[in-house]
Amino acid sequence: MTVAAATRQESLAAIWSPQWIAQRLQRVLLHVAVIGLTVVWIVPTLGLLVSSFRPVSGILTSGWWTALSPPFSFTLQNYSDMLAQSNLGQALFNSFMVSIPSTVIPVTIAAFAAYAFAWMKFPGRDWIFLAFVGLLAVPLQLTFVPVLTFFVAHGIVPDNLSNIGLPPWVGLWLAHAGYGLPFATYLLANFFRALPSDLFESAEIDGAGTLTVFFRIIMPLSVPALASLVIFQFLWVWNDLLVALIYVGGAPEVGPLTVNLADLSNSLGQGFQLLTAAAFFSMVIPLVVFLSLQRYFVRGILAGSVKG
Amino acid sequence: MASVTYDHVVKRYTADVTVVKDFNVDIKDKEFMVLVGPSGCGKSTALRMLAGLESITEGQIRIGDRVVNNVAAKDRDIAMVFQSYALYPHMSVYDNMAFPLQMQHMKKSEIDKRVKNASRILGLDPFLQRKPRALSGGQRQRVALGRAIVRSPKVFLLDEPLSNLDAKLRGQTRIELQKLHRDLETTFIYVTHDQVEAMTMGDRIAIMNAGILQQVGSPGEIYDHPANLFVAGFIGSPTMNFIPVTTSDSTAKASGFEVKLPQSVPAGKGTLGFRPETVTDRPSQDGANLEMKVDVVERLGSDQFLYGQVGGDQVTARVDPRMKVAPGDSVKLGLDTRTLHLFNADESAVF
Repeated sequence: MTVAAATRQESLAAIWSPQWIAQRLQRVLLHVAVIGLTVVWIVPTLGLLVSSFRPVSGILTSGWWTALSPPFSFTLQNYSDMLAQSNLGQALFNSFMVSIPSTVIPVTIAAFAAYAFAWMKFPGRDWIFLAFVGLLAVPLQLTFVPVLTFFVAHGIVPDNLSNIGLPPWVGLWLAHAGYGLPFATYLLANFFRALPSDLFESAEIDGAGTLTVFFRIIMPLSVPALASLVIFQFLWVWNDLLVALIYVGGAPEVGPLTVNLADLSNSLGQGFQLLTAAAFFSMVIPLVVFLSLQRYFVRGILAGSVKG
Repeated sequence: MASVTYDHVVKRYTADVTVVKDFNVDIKDKEFMVLVGPSGCGKSTALRMLAGLESITEGQIRIGDRVVNNVAAKDRDIAMVFQSYALYPHMSVYDNMAFPLQMQHMKKSEIDKRVKNASRILGLDPFLQRKPRALSGGQRQRVALGRAIVRSPKVFLLDEPLSNLDAKLRGQTRIELQKLHRDLETTFIYVTHDQVEAMTMGDRIAIMNAGILQQVGSPGEIYDHPANLFVAGFIGSPTMNFIPVTTSDSTAKASGFEVKLPQSVPAGKGTLGFRPETVTDRPSQDGANLEMKVDVVERLGSDQFLYGQVGGDQVTARVDPRMKVAPGDSVKLGLDTRTLHLFNADESAVF
């Protein structure tokens, strides 16, 4: 037997060893699980996408998968019907007017609060933080009646706000800020705490005050955390229907896209085929936000600050 | 004038946790003072109190003639180099060094001049636009030094700045730091746990243990005249031999040998100390010969250390590297009695 043949046999033996099989099996199982989860998430979305291009008659008579085999009959009718409604532009504008401040306000406040919770010493800090984070457990629905009562009593309702020259969404902004704050503060405080204390001490000796440390050191280092927080909060506000409906109502001049889309099927009776197109239309903006912020999720942004 | 004075300084965290106890040191202007001690001995805390990062429980710290107890860190006119370097990771090397000057609202042209100057001294010119993560450990360390230099502070504080470097780089940086100290003509206070750094770099060394200052002196003084058993054991490598002895008049009797002491002492028990280099393969001038049963032989090329038993006591000897010895051998060694140390039962040095 030649040497080469012997090595080949040995490597074959190594390939079929029990460890190799176990490792291989583990990887296969992992892949199956990951792919399985992905499919479970994607199938309904795919169904929605396919349906949005089908004629009404098709949607009403057969499942979306039948459209994937010939004869093909796809149409853009749903999209053109949906886009044809008069106040879509207004709703889109309203959505931005709701989502942007409702993201910026809580993230800004949370960043300041988180800095205090993470790096300033004041009496009762840990208890206040605990109480703050405890608010995460309060169900949103529980707050509607008391908050709305408060808003009405103090004139923070769209009509009144418009009369005194403020945007009609102020109440909604405040509500979203409140709902977003506990989670945002919790996330950022944990992130700030993990920053090395040497950096702050060094900055202190270098002569940087609290605000300088916040803006020149903490903020630039926290871009990944801030970016993910902005995405979370933006998506939540953008997709929210209930909170908007409660605090600003369904009037077309103030209602965001979600309210507008919900009305679509109501006002057109059984026009739910329009919703499939509308759903995809409303997904475009969050997708753009996500993809444009994605590059900030850079790993190891702290690399090189401390240790060798 | 930038002398530094610790005047009865105490640091207490809670009623029964005191990390620095009654600390008194006078550090002269332009001196290179090394604070050395095992980890947890309070040396870093002593430095951080001077930096203004920790409050002072009792006593006074003065920089020059000014009491700084209640002066903010940034107003103490000091600069600190951290063990971790603490570089700002999102800023370029240039911005890292410019940061403390920007905080003082210095003019742009002046900042630029100072940063360029520091980068030239430290050889950082090619890296000014890089971020810290694109630098090696040694380069980062130099940026940290640069950030301290640009401020031309009265006092430099260095907290174990070399402990994240590899052995070779550490040796080089040790020499560079001494040059830097000579060029800058500023007071340096350097904290380390490494006795080699302390011995090679310090004009004077302050040795601490368990929050208490043990001895302050030049490296030579401390090596030749340790004040107590702790200092004697901490400085020097391999560590000093400690042999329990019974003294009477001017002789000390150990389990395996007897030596004549250079002065007469009261009868009693004590610890005899002598460094490994005083035990050699040359016969002793005054008959202090030891019979060692060798356990371990360490050949370092330039030296040969023998570890073994003399009577019932553990002894380390430094012998000629060409001497042929194997573990298990019995060898005759001579003790040079001119540099003996004797310690009382309370661990303080008699001589």
